Amino acid sequence: MEGRDKVTGRARYVDDMELPDMLFGATVRSRIPRGRIKQISFGAGINWQEFVIVSAKDIPGKNCIALIDDDQPCLADGVVNHPEEAILLLAHPDRHLLPKAVEAVTVEYEPLPAIFSIEDSESRAQTIWGADNIFKSYLIEKGDVDSIWQNAAHIVEGEYTTGAQEQLYIENNGMIAQFDVAKGITVWGSLQCPFYIHKALMKLLDLPADRVRVVQMETGGAFGGKEEYPSMIAAHAALLAIKSGKPVKIIYDRMEDMAATTKRHPSRTRHRTAVSKDGRILGGEIDFVIDGGAYKTLSPVVLSRGAIHAGGAYLWPSVRIRAKAVATNMPPHGAFRGFGAPQSLFALERHMDRIAEVVGVSAEEIRRINFLRTGQTTTTEQLVNEPIDLNKLLHRALDLSGYHAKKKRFAANNQRDGHKKGLGIATFLHGAGFTGSGERFLGSVVGVQACADGSVQVLVSSTEFGQGTKTVLCQIAAEALGLRYSDVGIAQPDTGNVPNSGPTVASRTVMVVGKLVQSAALGIKQTLMISGKIGDSYSADEFRAECRSHVAEHGTFRSLAQYHQPENIFWDDEKYRGSAYATFAWAVYVAEVSIDPVTYAVSVDDFVALQEVGKVLHPVLAQGQIIGGVVQGIGFALYEKVIWKNGRMENGQMTNYIIPTSADLPSIRVYFEELGNVHGAYGAKGIGELPMDGPAPAVVNAIGDALGVSFNFVPLLPEDIFHSLHEKALQDNALHPVRGER
Amino acid sequence: MRAHPSEYQLLAPGSLSEVVSLLAQDPGKWLPIAGGTDLMVQYSTGKLPARNLVSIWNLPELRQIENLPGEIRIGAGCTFTELRNHSAIQREFSLLATAAGWIGGIANQNRGTIGGNIVNASPAADSLPALLVYDADLLLVSQRGQRRIPYSTFHVDYRKTQLAPDELIRAVCITKQFSEYYARARKVGARNAQAISKVCLAALGRIASGVIADIRLAMGSVAPVPLRLTATERVLQGKRVEPALVDLARATAAAEVKPIDDIRSTARYRAAVAGNLVAEFLQQLRANGTAK
Amino acid sequence: MTDSWQRGAMCEISFTINGQATTLQVHPMERLLDVLRHELQLTGTKEGCGEGECGSCSILMDGTLVNSCLVPALQANSSSITTIEGLTDESGAKALQQAFLDCGAAQCGICTPGMILAAHHLLRKNPRPSTDEIREGLAGNLCRCTGYMQIVEAVAETGRGGASK
Repeated sequence: MEGRDKVTGRARYVDDMELPDMLFGATVRSRIPRGRIKQISFGAGINWQEFVIVSAKDIPGKNCIALIDDDQPCLADGVVNHPEEAILLLAHPDRHLLPKAVEAVTVEYEPLPAIFSIEDSESRAQTIWGADNIFKSYLIEKGDVDSIWQNAAHIVEGEYTTGAQEQLYIENNGMIAQFDVAKGITVWGSLQCPFYIHKALMKLLDLPADRVRVVQMETGGAFGGKEEYPSMIAAHAALLAIKSGKPVKIIYDRMEDMAATTKRHPSRTRHRTAVSKDGRILGGEIDFVIDGGAYKTLSPVVLSRGAIHAGGAYLWPSVRIRAKAVATNMPPHGAFRGFGAPQSLFALERHMDRIAEVVGVSAEEIRRINFLRTGQTTTTEQLVNEPIDLNKLLHRALDLSGYHAKKKRFAANNQRDGHKKGLGIATFLHGAGFTGSGERFLGSVVGVQACADGSVQVLVSSTEFGQGTKTVLCQIAAEALGLRYSDVGIAQPDTGNVPNSGPTVASRTVMVVGKLVQSAALGIKQTLMISGKIGDSYSADEFRAECRSHVAEHGTFRSLAQYHQPENIFWDDEKYRGSAYATFAWAVYVAEVSIDPVTYAVSVDDFVALQEVGKVLHPVLAQGQIIGGVVQGIGFALYEKVIWKNGRMENGQMTNYIIPTSADLPSIRVYFEELGNVHGAYGAKGIGELPMDGPAPAVVNAIGDALGVSFNFVPLLPEDIFHSLHEKALQDNALHPVRGER
Repeated sequence: MRAHPSEYQLLAPGSLSEVVSLLAQDPGKWLPIAGGTDLMVQYSTGKLPARNLVSIWNLPELRQIENLPGEIRIGAGCTFTELRNHSAIQREFSLLATAAGWIGGIANQNRGTIGGNIVNASPAADSLPALLVYDADLLLVSQRGQRRIPYSTFHVDYRKTQLAPDELIRAVCITKQFSEYYARARKVGARNAQAISKVCLAALGRIASGVIADIRLAMGSVAPVPLRLTATERVLQGKRVEPALVDLARATAAAEVKPIDDIRSTARYRAAVAGNLVAEFLQQLRANGTAK
Repeated sequence: MTDSWQRGAMCEISFTINGQATTLQVHPMERLLDVLRHELQLTGTKEGCGEGECGSCSILMDGTLVNSCLVPALQANSSSITTIEGLTDESGAKALQQAFLDCGAAQCGICTPGMILAAHHLLRKNPRPSTDEIREGLAGNLCRCTGYMQIVEAVAETGRGGASK
């Protein structure tokens, strides 16, 4: 359904749209990480009279991008806290003139000392946010952690770090805004969450709900990178539109998008684990910290998910998880597929291999010994109440990857071959839907409407950006009503026309929103059945005819469904305990790598991705989600390094920020299992983010297997491998000098 | 897009003589642009200092490959696609055909030219090490006439060349004398395609009577200009390829190169990999002997 | 336009775009990508990076695949240009487009026009490419959504289904 316009070039993204009399907008941004603004001057060579210029004082409402907190300004007002922070906005009819105009604005600062690392933030080298640089902290406790150490045969410690990762949607951020005194503000853009923007604009512009309208255009990739950031660019376009009285389009170029917008939170995880003689985890302490950048934005929620996933798919009889999101003078970090879980699961899955090594069992065995079983509880004491058999899942994945035979062969060949080969395992879970009471607070509403022509239309604010939202939600409605796929359409997400079905995040769309679509659709059917228009069985054409006549007779024919938290899902927000998610999807990934002895480059030669996902509603789309996520995970592991200088991304061009090309990847072999899910549409679980969690630890575990050297960070580049092997060789030589060496 | 098109002038006279005449009128004013794969990136990012350009794209005089009895003459306007697919180049100068395939992506190979690669003079340029080991000559043309210089003298310093302000490269000339050589080229980048090289090697070797009769090694991205590893070559000339020699060559090469830390890689990594590439080549040379 | 800029001269370019002869007045250094999108309203060709890395701006110029973000308008003079909008008429392209739909090769769709141009170009030269040849042929087109596999499958399937003309 999404496809035909896309393969013919007819799909309309925001930069494909023009409005009469439209101006183009651009942003003057901070060049320093932290300081006070002393003066702004407008240089020679530009006719400033022709420009619309907006500053913080032009903001009618509150100067903030409302999200969890209001701490992030829309435009800097006297103070900047990160490089690329927006200070002024410019608009002009000539698109090509704007970059020159931006360069011609000179801002003089009184610089203040800035901090760029988790360690500097913790040490309070500078206090840059609140009283202690801490945006949020969580404590998760289970059992009795203080009692486990004395009986532990092994105490295993490790520290694991992950770097920032750029979402790199191929379509840059963009917005068009138009203001009309009567209608209010309308924005069209590349975005995931229309109602987030709606809420932010209401506060910024001091407008009521019915005078703010947000419309999603075809969106060229998002992955979380267009969850919260679009509110900022929408705010900017809106302010220019209001001041100029004309429509304004802002489209970022790649350099600006990379430098100024959100990235995955860098993280540091410390594990200290008490393990029995035979490898059973008795318990542990996990210290999980993420770098949130300069403002709070979504960091508390990323932190929450990372903290809850920190114990992974294993039984922790006792655990203490301390989690913290801290402030630095970098552009705020934000949502990116996985949302904290890839970070904490990388640490955990690396740590499991370390535990295996200390205990003296295999990577496979350590997992078997500690897997969660039905009837046991997670770190937040959520009961595993479905018949998941992780041992069987692991067995199947190893079988599919030819693990044991290859392990033997590699071990033998690595003795003499320059190219070292290895295998790595990651076993993990991903909670689908919002955490805890999140869905209850959202109270998502979904509509299904019968149209005058007899077709049925789905009304949701859930957005399509490549994951197949439109296809699957229409498929669900068609299935619920016994209609053909061609009888069902879906309205463009437009806050003026659709109810708020919540943001398109957290792998919730098929599962949560889909289930509501099912209910809403059944509402249409029930109305017709109750009035005797249709019986128990009917044809699609009969259904359509009845819809047509109902609309003709009664007008709007719409059924709404609202989310209600299932009775048996309890979550304690204070103690951070209980059922964190409606359901988990489970997975085992196996990576096979080889390392080139000449270049130290890692090649992923085979990859098996096996996951239990409730029910596969659309095989082609599901496979596409897994493969796409695995490739992003491989990028996270081996290629995607953000190079920072004084808090600014230095390699903000596609030439220098490296993602895999088609020539860099093996076939990703994808397999599914289906246990069903009572909370999801037709038994489906959310799977959009799951594939992001496994590849990095599986690949780094495999590299460790190949080289006999442990790496505890990503991205892991050939340079890092070289330096580590070189250090190790120097150490070995110092201990055992090779005879006859020159 | 950070340049305003109205600030730039681009002329396309359509023939070599007209272009050369324009360059002579006002030496240094007109910047020649062929396929634009380097210059248009600079332009787009707002970093092209030149404001007046003259198009040399698709000039018939520059786009011929002449297969002459003793040498091959490649028009400077030939694209990398043309180089890759030319049977004489594949046969006689395989290192150049290989390098042409390294240029990022088919679309860029269709527009990037050998002349542009040379004049842009990036030390990371893919085709330049091959030209060094092949002892290529350049035919430079201006209104003052034509001159032929060894390519090895073309690069004076980082992005500084012998090209006079009124000159163009007309052709690259390579003598056909390498059919007995074993040839290998290898590029090390951040990924398998579309990558600026961290290190690259073009190598030719010939073994006769069990010893190295001739060896030529050139590298990119390890010095301000493409580098011929003459010290390493000296250590290898006339020797039998054995483990101790391979280790010596590795160490000599790693010390001979002068790489830097930059946004793509580190000096130590580049030096080590440079040494490894040489060692690998020697092992391949020994295994393949005098076979091509 | 402001007075303080010295205006570079405009030039006239004539070329065929999707089979239609067209003449325009443009600045010679206008990017061909911008001419297509803004002068001709052919918005199917996309800008993803502006530096010739992502391939979203791929078009055929005289039958050859090029990144239109790197082509100055003057160099397109007298050429024959095919964009995604013009590709639908070519029978080989229809099979390819259908294969993309069947294999799930278009997710968000922003890379898709360029990908289809590159694949079409490949199939014209190599009607039955191997997986490796497809991967190499598409290596200049970046996709962030699919991980490439379903795109490669779509191209392979088109190749298997018969030569494209």
